[in-house]
Amino acid sequence: MSNPDQPLLPPPAGANAPLDRMVAEIRRSAGTNLLGLLLLLLGLFTVFSILLPGAFLQRGTMQAMMFQLPELGLLSLAMAIPLVSGGLNLAIIATANQAALLMAWILTTQMPPDAAGGDVWLWISIALSAGFLLCVLIGLVTGFIVAVIGVHPILVTLGTQTLITGISIWLTRGQTLSGFPDALIRISNETIAGIPISFGIFAIVALGVHILLTRSVLGIEIHMIGSNLESTRFSGVDTRRVQIWVYVLSSLLCWLAAIVMMARFNSAGADIAQSYLLITILAAILGGIDPYGGFGRVTGLVVALLILQTISSGFNLLGFSQHLTLALWGFTLIAVMAAKRFTSAMLARYRSASFQRPK
Amino acid sequence: MRKLLAPVFNRSESSLAVVIIVVVLIFSVSSPYFLTLSNTADLIESYSVTTILAAGVFVVLVSGGIDISFAAVASVTQFIAAMAATKYGVPAFPAIALACALGALMGCVNALLTYYLNVVSIIVTIATSSIFYALLIYFTGGSEIYNLPDWWTDRVVFLRFETASGDFARITLPMVIMVLVVVVTHLLMSRTHAGRQIYALGGNPEAASRVGIRILRLQLLVYGYLGFLAGLAGFVQAHRVHQVVPTAMFGTELSVLAVAILGGASLVGGLGSMGGVVLGVLLLAILQNGLNLLGVSPYFFDVVIGLAILISISVTAVTQRRLRAKRGNSELRHE
Amino acid sequence: MPPGWNAVSAFVVQLCLANQTKLMTEPVPPTAPFLKLENIGKRFGGTVALDGVDWSVNPGEVHCLVGENGSGKSTLIKIVSGVHRPDAGGRIVIGGTAFDHLSPHHAKKLGIQVIYQDLSLFPNLSVWENIAIDQELGAPFLAVRRKTMRATAKEVLANLDARLPLDAIVGQLSVAERQLVAICRGLAAKAKLLIMDEPTSSLTHHEVVRLLGIVHRLKSMGLAIVFVSHRLEEVMALAERVTVLRDGRKAATLPAKQVDYHRLAELMTGSRIDHVLKAPGLETRESVLEVRGGGRNGEFADVSFALHAGEVLGIIGLMGSGRTELALALFGMTKLDHGEVWVDGKPLKLHSNQDAIRSGIAYVSEDRLLLGLNLRQSIADNASITTLDRLANSFGLVPPQRRSKLAFEWVKRLGIKASNTAAAVQTLSGGNQQRVVLAKWLATNPKILILDTPTAGVDIRNKQGIYGIIHKLAKEGVAIVVISDEIPEVYFNTDRILHMREGRLVKEYLPGATSEKLLAEAVFA
Repeated sequence: MSNPDQPLLPPPAGANAPLDRMVAEIRRSAGTNLLGLLLLLLGLFTVFSILLPGAFLQRGTMQAMMFQLPELGLLSLAMAIPLVSGGLNLAIIATANQAALLMAWILTTQMPPDAAGGDVWLWISIALSAGFLLCVLIGLVTGFIVAVIGVHPILVTLGTQTLITGISIWLTRGQTLSGFPDALIRISNETIAGIPISFGIFAIVALGVHILLTRSVLGIEIHMIGSNLESTRFSGVDTRRVQIWVYVLSSLLCWLAAIVMMARFNSAGADIAQSYLLITILAAILGGIDPYGGFGRVTGLVVALLILQTISSGFNLLGFSQHLTLALWGFTLIAVMAAKRFTSAMLARYRSASFQRPK
Repeated sequence: MRKLLAPVFNRSESSLAVVIIVVVLIFSVSSPYFLTLSNTADLIESYSVTTILAAGVFVVLVSGGIDISFAAVASVTQFIAAMAATKYGVPAFPAIALACALGALMGCVNALLTYYLNVVSIIVTIATSSIFYALLIYFTGGSEIYNLPDWWTDRVVFLRFETASGDFARITLPMVIMVLVVVVTHLLMSRTHAGRQIYALGGNPEAASRVGIRILRLQLLVYGYLGFLAGLAGFVQAHRVHQVVPTAMFGTELSVLAVAILGGASLVGGLGSMGGVVLGVLLLAILQNGLNLLGVSPYFFDVVIGLAILISISVTAVTQRRLRAKRGNSELRHE
Repeated sequence: MPPGWNAVSAFVVQLCLANQTKLMTEPVPPTAPFLKLENIGKRFGGTVALDGVDWSVNPGEVHCLVGENGSGKSTLIKIVSGVHRPDAGGRIVIGGTAFDHLSPHHAKKLGIQVIYQDLSLFPNLSVWENIAIDQELGAPFLAVRRKTMRATAKEVLANLDARLPLDAIVGQLSVAERQLVAICRGLAAKAKLLIMDEPTSSLTHHEVVRLLGIVHRLKSMGLAIVFVSHRLEEVMALAERVTVLRDGRKAATLPAKQVDYHRLAELMTGSRIDHVLKAPGLETRESVLEVRGGGRNGEFADVSFALHAGEVLGIIGLMGSGRTELALALFGMTKLDHGEVWVDGKPLKLHSNQDAIRSGIAYVSEDRLLLGLNLRQSIADNASITTLDRLANSFGLVPPQRRSKLAFEWVKRLGIKASNTAAAVQTLSGGNQQRVVLAKWLATNPKILILDTPTAGVDIRNKQGIYGIIHKLAKEGVAIVVISDEIPEVYFNTDRILHMREGRLVKEYLPGATSEKLLAEAVFA
């Protein structure tokens, strides 16, 4: 019962509960999931360090990993936001490729070949802005169909994925565009203080998305629509606006991925990196994002990406094929899901032993 | 969740049929070659693999799951059967049976993982798909098999007739297999206990287990059937192109899924019919063929499919919402 | 008899008279009980869910099983339907044969059918297929015998004198029709004991009356029927006996005629609850909300009333009377077709519920699980969802501690029982969940609070707590609308009552000037 002396209104301004807050924070940010993933990462590092003495734990290997991670990382973030909102974006690769193609087209055909110095930067910024606008447009259209027409995101993005890839193929006749200014290529082959520029971009963006999802009003609303869209709408949240933002943000992350991919491959095409699509879902789920929506942390996703990258680099150094890596990624996901299932079954048994579960 | 997904509710196959008729009329008027007998036969044959796979995907969708490992399964079974046939001289029927049985087995792995890990099947099949596919490429090194035995690559023609214009129209093996698969799947889903239980499971999984449907057994059947059909599709695909290329089927997952959904299967399960899926395939086939004949660039084709999907799902969502609004009002008026 | 039941029993008596000829020809023979439980106990780990319960149900009897959440009702039903195995030492006697436990399959074979609150139907399948689904559970590759199944469905419907389109898709039927399908499925499976979990909770008054007609029919066929419920006004008229469970023990089994609402509440809670009229509200006549001729086509019409600061206004109306539709329009979820809404003496155009919230209107939905809460999220998430913009700092970010602080504060103020504010709302009891809903709306500092069926699924003990909060808010000047169909809830907790019926406000009552009984008769008439 409420305390009769204390008024119910207006809302409080005092009283602190440090312990309660701490418990809440620990539960939220570092669930058993993240702990398990960190242990797995640590285990992998140990195993590869032992198997590859002197070759694994060294600057070159670590740098190589940092060069490879950003594009999958950015694409996984683009997948993570819709997943948390209870949706999915199957069009991320198509979006990234089309943005890359548009930017590549401007840089290879519109920019005068003899442009130098400031002109190059001007053209690069024109290209980047065009790619940005294209992604905003794609995000708006996707978000509109999801939020306003009310079609399930899997269906919508299945359609947009086909449509966007179709337009890219149609306009390029399946050709790739290549030969970009050095200034752009540098993103993916130069380092600042030992950190590749592309990895720096990824790290900053990941931090930004983390803050966005956990601290911003929009991010909290994205979590809430992920677990129950209708009740969130009844709470006075403009859920359509939130859903449209989800797909605009997702597409903008594809734009960033497109820039990094252009820099890394020095080419753009309609069919590049298609195999990343399912891997981004794999990484997101491995990182603890709830496939039903409503829950998920960028921290978990980043650790999952590090795990995948470590497996890939370690296997590469051990001389195994890249394909075996993919198989091991699949196994890892299944093993982690099995471990989760096992621990939650144990927990449930423990709980039912201590009290009866409410109806 | 189920309630929130209600907008994905089924459209009637009849509207799809109307669209097809309109498209056919337009193309018939604009191109004299459209829907000639030989043209139609080629069209059907070129879509045989897609249809076989779509039939299996349809069954999984009705049960309330999504499986995207079928392309990997088809590639693996195809390759193993081809190895058996070329290296060890395994004859036709055992080789095909081997492919189908292996496919069914891999499907059962998906079913077991989905059931025991209690994870949505799309996630499980993303994982298994990576594993199957990666292991295939790893062990084969991506090598292709060209020297398939004659029984595999020889064209089997059941019927052949000459058309007025002098072309030949043939009823070939892929067409026959496709029709058989469609008929069997239709009968399975609409006429057998198992099929109705699959619809029930997709409609309300909780209730399905309450009335005593054995969920695991049913899921083994559902995913096993898709795996079986993937094995069959792999065989037909190699039969048509006369070679086995491990990467040939890669990337067809989403397009087959799109075909099944265009045909009225729903992501929430329990809805759709085999007939609808066939109509979906038909619409795509006719669109592709008609655009070809009209001289539209083949590169433009994906744009048309994408638009077709987007328009179809949007129209469905809007009409469903209207229907529900109308029903809501009438319910109140009754009282 | 408690108020309201008279009117209902009049209805039922008429119904029975209509069926009298059949009654005469099919008399219910007084026989041994169909189901008898002796000394049934069930422990889950350290907790005792059921302790030494004896219980019996006779053929042709309607038996009500009542109790609050956690009283052991559902455990008892699960033991009868074979889902749970009782602890050693008890016996289940069915039709003269004793068992120490049952399996779900065995229970069904013995004729025990449970109709769960969600009805467990297949919305994508036809009526006949739902009714005769049992015939499709055989060997997987056998052909479905549609004709036999349709015949079964038709026969069962005919036995009940009920009409339903056999080929209709169940998802498109009304709730009452779906319930009928579920009953038919039980009958098709040769039920001898039909257990119905909360059968009337989502039916309109007319539908309840129709359901009672069908139950009467089932009785006359010799079926034993158990209603599991905590709202029994309507059902009681037809029941023979009532069994009350409290804290895992049987509190009493009584003839239905001997209990009324207040006695039942006493048995369920184990303590006497004194109902006292609400103290008069503030003496302000400052009208905060005014509705003038409000209407929505097909939902409600000509609704006019004023709501004053510090007043608790009750709107009493049965399900389907347009009460929820009115609330949704006032909250901006739907648009008025006619009339206008004035807030603070100014006309208000509501384009969405965001406009309503901005004008100080808050709405607690009757559907707490789907529309009221994000069940899987934490108390802090739910409590802060309405005020995120206000909680944000100058960077537009919401520090987590601000949210947990807000939640913690409300947990204290509203007496929410929870381990911490990070606990998922779904782990709380109904009463505590409802307090979280109140918290999230009180955080917006509302001037007008619309409560739609505020104590649905809330224990009697917790109900008093919620009423206490309502009274206190009114004292602090909040204008409150309580929408409900529970007579005592409205009678004892409001300053003024408007009766809504078939989309119109038909009459105004003042609790001091009318009696509970008169009000009940007016509502259920």
